[in-house]
Amino acid sequence: MNTAALETRGLHKSFGALTVANAVDFRLEHGARHALIGPNGAGKTTFVELVTGALRPGAGQIRLDGADITNLPQAARVKRGLVRTFQITSLFRRLSVLENVTLAVCERQGIGGGLFRPAGHHRAAIEEAHSLLERLGLEDDSLRPVNMLAYGRQRLIEIAVSLALSPKVLLLDEPAAGVPSSESGTIIEVIERLPPDIALLIIEHDMDLVFRLAQRITVLVQGNVLVEGPPDLIAADPEVRRVYLGERVPT
Amino acid sequence: MMPSRAVEAFARRHRYHPLEALPWLAAVASYFVFPDYLALGAQVLATILFALSADLVLGYAGIVTLGHAAFFGTGAYIAGILAAHGWGEPITGLFAGAAMAALLGFLSGLVVLRTTGLALLMQTLVIATMVAEAANKASFVTGGDDGLQGMAVWPIFGLFRFDLFGHTSYFYCLTVLFLCWLAARYIVHSPFGRSLTGIRENVRRMHAIGAPVARRRLVIYTISAALAGISGALIAQTTQFVSLSFLSLERSGTVLIMLIIGGVGRLYGAFVGVPLYMVAQNRFSEIDPVYWYFWIGLLMVLVVIFARGGVLGFFDRFRR
Repeated sequence: MNTAALETRGLHKSFGALTVANAVDFRLEHGARHALIGPNGAGKTTFVELVTGALRPGAGQIRLDGADITNLPQAARVKRGLVRTFQITSLFRRLSVLENVTLAVCERQGIGGGLFRPAGHHRAAIEEAHSLLERLGLEDDSLRPVNMLAYGRQRLIEIAVSLALSPKVLLLDEPAAGVPSSESGTIIEVIERLPPDIALLIIEHDMDLVFRLAQRITVLVQGNVLVEGPPDLIAADPEVRRVYLGERVPT
Repeated sequence: MMPSRAVEAFARRHRYHPLEALPWLAAVASYFVFPDYLALGAQVLATILFALSADLVLGYAGIVTLGHAAFFGTGAYIAGILAAHGWGEPITGLFAGAAMAALLGFLSGLVVLRTTGLALLMQTLVIATMVAEAANKASFVTGGDDGLQGMAVWPIFGLFRFDLFGHTSYFYCLTVLFLCWLAARYIVHSPFGRSLTGIRENVRRMHAIGAPVARRRLVIYTISAALAGISGALIAQTTQFVSLSFLSLERSGTVLIMLIIGGVGRLYGAFVGVPLYMVAQNRFSEIDPVYWYFWIGLLMVLVVIFARGGVLGFFDRFRR
């Protein structure tokens, strides 16, 4: 069997009596467009935290492109191309947009701890950050502090920062959460235009977005994988309709 | 492709602004304007360095500490003990003080920086108390409660003798402060320094972009400890005396107060807050020897009410 971009085997996590990940087996193929859905409290964000290393699993294994990363610290996983965005925008709010992205570029290039040259002399890093902002149509805002921007723009910067890390696997935690529907279109377009070699896992509530972007869907309920498959199968699955889409299925 | 305006602006940010010459001009001018206060002036300059070191951890990395006197006092005692035991060469004394303070910062940082917030605050306090108690118990080298006696500091480079009026002390402290300020400024504008700001602003995000946060915090804590050590050594050499008060909680607290009065996280807060506090203390204690602390307190209250962000933060409002 070929290696997956990201794979978990028997991933387990509980907080006291509450099990939030129960032996989760999951595969994200290279270049996949995969969605992880589930009702509130299903353990979707916990899954992201486990995979990225913010939380330690109680049991199980995480593999990135075949290599076991279960015990690697968060930073080391990012260096290997495992990158996430946050459900609630998590940026350097008082710093400029350009600086937000430049900090990420510097960390990826391994110059983030450099003491012996002013940051401004790392032209290549700043220019890379700027061209990334241009790609996402954010260049006009590049010198403004993040907290001056509309929330929809901030969501885009969240994606820009993650792209600055050259991800191989990108976990998008509700990329359009909190954004008015008039602006979510831009975010969907940006996600659609992402390089095809990035394996995408989209954690989402918005079903329109999921069915528009995902080629494969995993449904998570109370820490368990309920079902996995292509969108049309998921939409038709009576069990999914019952627990997730809230529909009463006549038996 | 034309380099964009934004990239240019960003790439120039570390360049010197004419206003940055102001504190140095003021320091040189003070030498001529207040020739009778050079001893106080030297103390102020050395204490600015102490506050600057605190600004690096508190203002940039967001590490709240109540134990910075541990490093200040260590630097002072090392330089003092050397000078009291036959090695009065001042420059090597500074380096020795800096090295020991840095070592203490590194070792204690390994432990205390594992935590954040209140737990961190308590642990810095504990470390400082332990160091102070150790110095108290080791009275055979430190002089304990009586303070360290008998320091003999040699002339700088064998040329400039420390005089009674403080001419040498003043320029010695000014030069060392200037060099340390250059280093601190360089650090703050380096990618490392920017990443510290990132850690202060949003540590979760720093982890998510793959920054080794724990290592960065340890590095700046060690650098800051070294600068605090130099500051302590300066004061020891120029006053030729070290006492346990150099390690006291009051010392740790006062430096934070001076920094807060000036403005935290802007590299220049120390240059405003320290002279303001120390000159006010000097004046008040002369005018009103009994209640001078009350006036200092009043000054603090006014700053907290009317100038959040310190004096420099207050002026920021007019810039926008």
